[in-house]
Amino acid sequence: MGVNTIPSGWFLENAWLIALIPAIGFAAIIAFGKKLPMKGSEIGLASITASLVISVGAAVQWIQRTNFVDETTEGYVEPVIKTWTWWQSGGVEFGLGQHIDGLAVLLLLLVAFISLLVQIFSLEYLRGDRRYTHFFAALTLFSSGMLVMVLAENMVQIILGWELMGLCSFLLIGHWWEDGANSRAALKAFFTVRVGDVGLLVGTAIVFFGAHQWAVDNLDSHGFSVQAISAWALSGDASSSALLWGSVALFIAAIGKSGQFPLHTWLPDAMAGPTPVSSLLHSSTMVVAGVFLVARLYPLFWEGLSIGPGAINLIAIIGVITLIVAALLAFVQNDIKKVLAYSTVSQLGYMMLGLGTGAWLPAVFHIFTHAFFKCALFLCAGSVSHSGSHHSFDMKKDMGGLARKMPITAGTWIISTLALAGIFPLSGFFSKDEIIANVGYNGYNLFMWLAFLGAFMTAAYMARATYLTFFGTPRGAAAGEHHDEHHGDDAHGDDAHGDDAHGDDAHADAHAEHHGSHGPHESGPLILVPIVVLTFLASIAGFTNAVPFGENFEILKRYVEPRAEVVAIEDTRLTIAGGPGQSVGSLAPQAKYDDACGFAAPPEGTVCLFPAVSHAPFKWSKGFLALGIVGAGLVSSWLFSVALYTRRDRRLVGLTERFAPARWGYQFLWNKYYLDHLYEKVIVRAVAYPIAASAYWFNQKVLDRIVDTAGTSTRQAGEFVYRNIDQTLVDGAVNASGFVASETGHALQPVQSGKVNQYGALLFGAAAVAAIVLVIINV
Amino acid sequence: MEIMTNDNWLLTVGTFLPLVGVLVMLFIPKAEEQLLKTVAVITAGATLAVGILTLFRFDYGQAEKLQFFVDVTWIEVIRSNYTIGLDGISLPLYFLSMVVTFLVIIYTWDNMPDAGNPKSFLILMLVLQVGMAGTFVAQDLILFFVFFEVVLLPMYFMIGVWGGEHRQYASLKFFLYTMFGSAFMLVAFLALFFQTGAESFSFMHLVSAGGLISNEVQVWIFAGMFLGFAVKVPMFPFHTWLPDAHTQAPTQGSVILAAILLKLGTYGFVRIAIPMLPEGARAWAPVIAILAVIGIIYGALGCLAQTDMKRLIAFSSVAHMGFVMLGISTLTTLGINAALFGMVAHGLITGMLFFVAGSVKHRYHTLEISRLSGMLKQMPRMGWILGFAAMASLGLPGLAGFWGEFPAILAAYSPGFGLNVTLFRTLMVIAAVGTVLAAAYLLWLYQRTAFGEPSPEFSGQTPHPVGAGVNADHHADHHDEIRDVTPIEWIAWTPFLVAIVVFGVYPQLMFGVMDPAVSELVARLGESLNP
Repeated sequence: MGVNTIPSGWFLENAWLIALIPAIGFAAIIAFGKKLPMKGSEIGLASITASLVISVGAAVQWIQRTNFVDETTEGYVEPVIKTWTWWQSGGVEFGLGQHIDGLAVLLLLLVAFISLLVQIFSLEYLRGDRRYTHFFAALTLFSSGMLVMVLAENMVQIILGWELMGLCSFLLIGHWWEDGANSRAALKAFFTVRVGDVGLLVGTAIVFFGAHQWAVDNLDSHGFSVQAISAWALSGDASSSALLWGSVALFIAAIGKSGQFPLHTWLPDAMAGPTPVSSLLHSSTMVVAGVFLVARLYPLFWEGLSIGPGAINLIAIIGVITLIVAALLAFVQNDIKKVLAYSTVSQLGYMMLGLGTGAWLPAVFHIFTHAFFKCALFLCAGSVSHSGSHHSFDMKKDMGGLARKMPITAGTWIISTLALAGIFPLSGFFSKDEIIANVGYNGYNLFMWLAFLGAFMTAAYMARATYLTFFGTPRGAAAGEHHDEHHGDDAHGDDAHGDDAHGDDAHADAHAEHHGSHGPHESGPLILVPIVVLTFLASIAGFTNAVPFGENFEILKRYVEPRAEVVAIEDTRLTIAGGPGQSVGSLAPQAKYDDACGFAAPPEGTVCLFPAVSHAPFKWSKGFLALGIVGAGLVSSWLFSVALYTRRDRRLVGLTERFAPARWGYQFLWNKYYLDHLYEKVIVRAVAYPIAASAYWFNQKVLDRIVDTAGTSTRQAGEFVYRNIDQTLVDGAVNASGFVASETGHALQPVQSGKVNQYGALLFGAAAVAAIVLVIINV
Repeated sequence: MEIMTNDNWLLTVGTFLPLVGVLVMLFIPKAEEQLLKTVAVITAGATLAVGILTLFRFDYGQAEKLQFFVDVTWIEVIRSNYTIGLDGISLPLYFLSMVVTFLVIIYTWDNMPDAGNPKSFLILMLVLQVGMAGTFVAQDLILFFVFFEVVLLPMYFMIGVWGGEHRQYASLKFFLYTMFGSAFMLVAFLALFFQTGAESFSFMHLVSAGGLISNEVQVWIFAGMFLGFAVKVPMFPFHTWLPDAHTQAPTQGSVILAAILLKLGTYGFVRIAIPMLPEGARAWAPVIAILAVIGIIYGALGCLAQTDMKRLIAFSSVAHMGFVMLGISTLTTLGINAALFGMVAHGLITGMLFFVAGSVKHRYHTLEISRLSGMLKQMPRMGWILGFAAMASLGLPGLAGFWGEFPAILAAYSPGFGLNVTLFRTLMVIAAVGTVLAAAYLLWLYQRTAFGEPSPEFSGQTPHPVGAGVNADHHADHHDEIRDVTPIEWIAWTPFLVAIVVFGVYPQLMFGVMDPAVSELVARLGESLNP
């Protein structure tokens, strides 16, 4: 088969535009956004729309391409890879390009779509903000960063997108930087992720040097290429230590970015940013980047951490710890956005657990469904604060009973909550259950039960948040009270760190005139439409891979999961030589090969690009079990909330004060396991103050003192020489002082300032030293 | 090493053209400040034009060869020739020196340091440019040494006359410390000369003959060069002159110091010490690498301890040059490429940071971090530029700093020529941690100075509304007004900002020039070390 026989098409060939257009949009907004009628937001919207259109085109063409392969060879569907020279070293040229396969197409579509909705939401939500233009610029660049990473052809490009997102999260979280709490949160986010990035740098180095020679020899590629790394990892030639340490290091990066335990602490603080940022950050960009990294380089992790043979590995352990630990924290939050933040962390734990146990497709599926309902939930929270609680996010102080005032927001919230909890037939049911089922199917029984426990907790904390926000008696702003003068401090005064005072009160000023005069009401259409659209998708997205209904519903499995087929080497050969990027050629029909990719080395002349992951068959028994657990979580938490918050049941109210174990547990959770104390009060403080200060002390009092002393003693020596020798032997003095000066080097006293003519003496002295050295080394 | 003698007048003219301007300025009375500034700008502009012409005439297909080569007898007695040439390693630095000098002179138009006397100031700056350009084109050790030392005097006077409060101390320390290093360097040069048969000081001869010297002797000679270059870089523990010199120097001095002068040391390693003494380089590489990584961490910690913005930026140079030296010490193509890229990137970025620091000082009369706050509010553009430069400095991909840092860290994973892999990998991880600290001190600086509300002591000085007659008397007092970036500053800074983005987005522009020359250098190293 020739190059032309596999359908590719314009959109697939030019998918790199999807990332480039928003980047250009960013530059355009910065350059002249302020002068435009909509303050630059139109450029943001237009560029993201363009990206979405191309993404849709690419998705359609990818489906056609896959269908074609299915009708002919049923083999591996070649990704559309293109690359342009970006930099070079040692004559090897490294590229910037695109690697478009099912995973990339799915996420491109998702990111562009969610970004667009978030931007539409922001039009209204941030209207009148003092940095409206900058906000849209950063939001657009944020999307661009994620898109760059999603379609990255090589590791350096992944780092590029990764760090661009870090930058934008810094800008957006710190959007209202007048308030110290916001700028601290921005700093913390960037800094914590940066700690993980050490792993990214180190891991890239390990993998690059591990894979490079192999890639050059076999694929005519290089050690940064995603495809080459995948093939190398599964080739059986890879050194196991490079695989192990490379994957561990890269996973550390994913821990930082995707808010996994123990580096999850930045995520809740990141709520200091405007709500649209939180929703974008938590649904499809930034935090998903770490999960995406693992999914993208899955062969590396598969081999490096022995996921194939079913070993208990780092990813699975961190994932399961994260999902439990974060879910527990969600119970003690008063801030609606923080509940959602911890929920995101917990859901990311599910995704990591899935990836760590060989459930690649369910994890990716969960990225997909989670984006819809989590984005919808955040936007609902935004809607509540915008129109219902007077810019407060405190559920206990300023919410309650909002369902009657904001029926659409409440309805969409509830549907999205049920989707998150995993109620049939909403999307979370399918994706979460698939993860849990596969975790068990692949032999990780303990983890499966912990994941069920997580599902129970998810349902419970969401029921609590729903009750506090939309039901019960209205409180504070939700009851029409106004306390905008002090709610920023008041609402969060009981937080030990005071780090979550929202900047929204700054932004409240802009809205005071609109909303100050009347109580809670429903939000406007620009806010509601994105929420409704997202909620609708959150309801139906599960059917894209609804395993219970048979193969026809397993769309993602067919189009997104790479086929674990051996591929002849000529077909994966990249043109790294530069020039206009060339897409990669065709597939030769393969001889049937018995061993599965990822379990045995591919035969000579072929490579594997994806391991043969297993897929658990659906069992209704487990499905009902899950539904039962979720239902129990919802109901028990609801009853508890009613008893505690509305009926003020005496047995429950003040329990944490009366009963010591409950108090300790509550304190432990309230202080977020004291991790923030450890990081901020111990590690960061130690480095920033005593350690830095002592290094500087060493610098000034030891190193510099040596230099000064050398100078002083040289001068004294010079004076001594002058007094004692110059008086009698004038000629000798000149030589000697020069000689001494050159040996000790540097007199630093003002006395000598201006005596630059000692230059000559020094040179002379140096020549004398030269003579001595020459004598020494010639001996 | 092959040579090309095309357009061989270009380098001589490009190097010495500033002296013509100096000559003209000598005859202009001191009081004619505008005229003096005009002549200086024209001279630097003409020099830059020659530089641009050089860029166009350079044959990028043969970047590994010495181009525009000239070799004429100079001081026959000591067999030193006037040998100059340019290849892919020196071209970026040579051109950078011209650009920086030109822009710094433009900046001086509006921002003459308080001591006044633009005549001497500008003359010194032009002389400085001759020394810098000459160092990068010299292909003869004595010629190199002369240019290397020519740089010292103008900078000594710039700091000593136009500097801050402790300028006397700082300038003398700078001068003597560097001299101290130079003395050892000269010894090493002479030793190399005699050990290779006392035939010639030409680089080409020494590169081919140096490798034949016995290992032990190479190690000794390298030690001398190491001292000379390490002081200049500066490497830990020879860096203590740098914070003082940078902090006390006038803005122009700091910019040139950071952008070009420090690179003379690293350039010396790449151009002279390593190719001429391959065995010495191999023996010293672990030492250099360890000191480089200590410098990265130590410099970053020093930054965290600073209370003065300018001193913080100065300390960050120690950390950044640590990455450059780490790259060099790997003796690999990747590492040396990264180092060369890092030199230019550091020049642009840290130069930009010093510009901002200078302008902040000019407006607030202080650089005390605790007194500065809310800069973004008071001068949004200045605040954004500071943020941009800080992001570039911490190695954000897409901006130039990344391409000096990332490949250097990468290269340390797999050093060349049998260097101890365990050691270098450990150093790599520590260096990677250094990037976290870089983010910490830069963003912390940014958070404290740019974010938040302007501190009350300056908040009364926000820009006056245009045409507000009420403030007429206030307008007269120019110094107390906090203005945003001025047009002259924009002119001087824009090329820096653009270059940081352009090289960050498309690094191949520079890698493509350097890589052939570096590959050849490493290949030659390989011939000596793995025969």
